[in-house]
Amino acid sequence: MTERVVRIFSRFERFWHWAQMVLIFALMLSGFRVSGLHDGLDFETAVTLHMVSALALIVLWAFSIFWHMTTGTWRHYIPTSKGLIAVARFYMWGIFKGERHPYRKAFWRKHNPLQALTYLMLKVLLFPAIWVTGLLYLGYSLWEDLPNSADLLWAIAGVHVIVAFMIAAFVIAHVYLLTVGPSFSEHVAPMITGFDKIDLTPEEEAYLEADEPDSLK
Amino acid sequence: MQKRTRTRLGLAIVAMLFATGTALAETPARTTETRTPGTSTADHSQFEILQQDFKTGPEVTAACLSCHTEADDQVRQSIHFTWEFEHPVTGQLLGKRHVINAFCGNVVGNEPRCTSCHAGYGWTDMHQPPPQQSAAVDCLICHDRSGGYTKLSTGAGHPPMSTKGETITGAPAKPVDLRSAALSVGLPGRENCGQCHFYGGGGDNVKHGDLSSALFDPPLSVDVHMSPDGQDFACSTCHVSEAHQWAGSRYAMHASDPEGTGLPGPRRAVATCQSCHDNAPHPMTLTGIKLNDHTDTVACQTCHIPEFARGGVATKMKWDWSTAGRLENGKPLSIGGYIQGDGEDRHTYLSTKGDFEWGENVVPYYAWFDGQMEYTTGDQTIDPTRVVEVNHFGGGPEDGQSRIWPFKRLIGRQAYDSVNDHLIYSQVWGPTTDTAFWTNFDWGKAIAAGMKAAGMPYSGQYGFVDTHFYWPITHMVAPATDALKCEDCHVENGRLGDIAGIYMPGTRPLGLANVLGLLILAASVAGVALHMGIRLLSRKVPHHD
Repeated sequence: MTERVVRIFSRFERFWHWAQMVLIFALMLSGFRVSGLHDGLDFETAVTLHMVSALALIVLWAFSIFWHMTTGTWRHYIPTSKGLIAVARFYMWGIFKGERHPYRKAFWRKHNPLQALTYLMLKVLLFPAIWVTGLLYLGYSLWEDLPNSADLLWAIAGVHVIVAFMIAAFVIAHVYLLTVGPSFSEHVAPMITGFDKIDLTPEEEAYLEADEPDSLK
Repeated sequence: MQKRTRTRLGLAIVAMLFATGTALAETPARTTETRTPGTSTADHSQFEILQQDFKTGPEVTAACLSCHTEADDQVRQSIHFTWEFEHPVTGQLLGKRHVINAFCGNVVGNEPRCTSCHAGYGWTDMHQPPPQQSAAVDCLICHDRSGGYTKLSTGAGHPPMSTKGETITGAPAKPVDLRSAALSVGLPGRENCGQCHFYGGGGDNVKHGDLSSALFDPPLSVDVHMSPDGQDFACSTCHVSEAHQWAGSRYAMHASDPEGTGLPGPRRAVATCQSCHDNAPHPMTLTGIKLNDHTDTVACQTCHIPEFARGGVATKMKWDWSTAGRLENGKPLSIGGYIQGDGEDRHTYLSTKGDFEWGENVVPYYAWFDGQMEYTTGDQTIDPTRVVEVNHFGGGPEDGQSRIWPFKRLIGRQAYDSVNDHLIYSQVWGPTTDTAFWTNFDWGKAIAAGMKAAGMPYSGQYGFVDTHFYWPITHMVAPATDALKCEDCHVENGRLGDIAGIYMPGTRPLGLANVLGLLILAASVAGVALHMGIRLLSRKVPHHD
């Protein structure tokens, strides 16, 4: 095992991440306006912004799902119990003692097990939940003739809002965890430059040096 | 290079999504050409039979009928003449001839005064149907284009032929030149309809709230359809007619109009917004599509008539009959004090009518409305401990045809039979009688006489009861820029705050979902704060790489 500075986030992955960030912030700002929590912009603008951002995000998701599947990147999110307890213990205890983070990033495992599990839950639970409720909400006029449709809409909108807050809670924890480390900027840098320190196997190192020298520093 | 192309393709698709909204243009309303004098194939001023010095209204009518042989039959079957309407849904017998309202109450017993607005001549007794002779139809009140024809306020429909009295609009009477009126005839203009419909209830805009003399020449901000700067419509542009039967009823309305513009050619049976504008009138932008989604819930009028009684003419919002009859030194009082937008001083108290409150630029009352008006008629038992709905209506989200409509709601206080618990008929007008309230200021006599005229049992005891009276608001459509904004309703305690049966985002900032969500968010913030706090307190720099 050698620690090398390796490109682990491709251009698309970084675009996906930051575009998603912008869209999610736009959705939260406009969504909280629509649900009446602030009046920082007018309702019509908020609704329009919310619809446009949501549709753009869905398109982005469609592309990113395709990208994950075709590149095999989806494997980063396979849940594993290996090292999970250690990472959890670190965040709840070891971090206060000044211990070293127990996880070493690998080329095909760039997220720690807790992080991977969190992202997986986000992708398979929260995102689909907000996507499905949002589309049902958007398409209300297609099913409004069902009995009790107003109550159904209330329930769907309620779930949509609660899930939105869960995603907001994720964002808070996600940003906070960037401060856990030497510095915030150093922690954000890989998602900007694409490069991070990774433990490579000799085979991976040899492959990258031979076939993708641009991916190594 | 390949990667870059892929990214660009993705961006292009996102950009296309943004662009589709503005690509499609707004569909304009289908307009029916305003009928103006001068498009007719007949110049009535050249007709010999009209070149007479007519002495009475019926003489003119007889001349009209010498060519328009079927017109009298048609008019006599219209509600303008019968004042009677059998409701097709509720079966109630309505019409001015029968109903009690919260304004001057009832026609029966007050005939020549109330029937001064009848589209005929000489209806002096409500117990009889309106006069059936052909010449009893008043052609001129609708078709005079000279501007000189009017009706005397107490003449059972006849025009003033001297300077005695006043006209139905409250102007001093002057003899009508029937010859020039007859020579001028054409299709009705707003001056014709307005003489009665703008002055109902005893004065300008007293009744409707959305029909006033402001509509004779309104600025665009008051009525986009009737303003000379807008469409300059006559009333009959929307209230289309066929054989002297007009579209548009307050008793049995189209609360919604799924047919929209219908087949080619103007529809003759409806006066709905949709009959010109269709059910998807907003442009195909994201906002427009969303607004079109609203048309199955909200009447067009709800957003597009943000306030009624605009243009400087106030409408009566409260009418308390119970205080009427107060005299000073034996003389009736007439107290002004409400200066309306156009500068006119309106009465706030009259010994003849009681206390009034006026309103201008009034925010409507909103309710689900299925279009079918029911009346509390004189034979119905009321509950005097509660506000009596003199007219009332149903509707809700489930029936598919109701919409949320704007209303003028008149708050009234009017007499009732306190033993039988019935609304009463009263005789208010009758200058030569000993019983009329406006002459003798004695409710006991006025009610007894009114009940006798109506043929209703009366206990002899009366009291006053609080009432509501509803007028659907449908005129005075404002320019689109003045229409309601989303946040007029999508806000806590907004305009539709009392409406049940719909989910409206933004109206409950502290609803269940938001509260649960905020708790989740608070837990997350608290967790992070706690974690950070312990980290800072333990003062150890962790190694994380």
